[in-house]
Amino acid sequence: MATDVNSAPVPNFEDSESGRKMAFICSKGTLDMAYPGLILANAALGEGIEVHLFFTFWGLDMITKKHMDSLRFTLLGNTATHMPQGLGGLPGMTSMATSMMKKQIASIGVPEVPEMLEQIVASGGHLWACRMSTDMMHLEKEDLYDPVEGILNASDFIEMTDGAQVLFI
Amino acid sequence: MPVATINDRVVNVDDEGFLTDYDDWDEDLAKVLASQIGIALTEDHWKAIHFLRRDYKETGETATLRRVTTVAGIPTKDLFTLFPKKPAKKMAYIAGLPKPRGCV
Repeated sequence: MATDVNSAPVPNFEDSESGRKMAFICSKGTLDMAYPGLILANAALGEGIEVHLFFTFWGLDMITKKHMDSLRFTLLGNTATHMPQGLGGLPGMTSMATSMMKKQIASIGVPEVPEMLEQIVASGGHLWACRMSTDMMHLEKEDLYDPVEGILNASDFIEMTDGAQVLFI
Repeated sequence: MPVATINDRVVNVDDEGFLTDYDDWDEDLAKVLASQIGIALTEDHWKAIHFLRRDYKETGETATLRRVTTVAGIPTKDLFTLFPKKPAKKMAYIAGLPKPRGCV
């Protein structure tokens, strides 16, 4: 076959688009909906992309000290659980569903939400809170997970994500 | 592209250039692979590379970034410094392993 000294290709580890930037808007506070943004943000960081996460409305629970360790999953209103909807309203069902989902997530080696955030920050990701949501919920910067860099209003966010690919979750 | 040469050695690689045969690899080859992507290997690099090799042998999977951090104890931040921009893929390439399969 090849007779060159080096015939093996070298993978292209350069940025496909130089200066690619992504922003993830996390708007949900349930355990199941916390993950998509975190997983994608983490993957984007691993590809050398600049990443910003903006937590708004219920998504703020993901970075609120008081709630970030206790996000929950509910069967209610979620037909994709393939369970009778009436079951979801029974006492204790949300706790049970939450602990089952946590076990399933742990079984594939994916960490809990605070640990995912820790990894994102260690990989160079930026965390931001939404001004209107923090005002509504009467939260201050000190109520938020320490690595959160600041509280931004809507126009700050638009300005900051100039040229970014934005995902709303 | 199943067979190619690196420094006159015959190796099996995929279309991107990742080695496909675990036993084709040795430290000399790793040095060449690393230099091809602009990395000069230091002791800290070797620690990660050797972990990846060992872990692959035991588990049959290339360790993800998180696994290198939690199991080998190398902080994520350091991995981004040692293998800039795309640490998981760069480590796998130098260690002669496939790209990690897991998401996290």
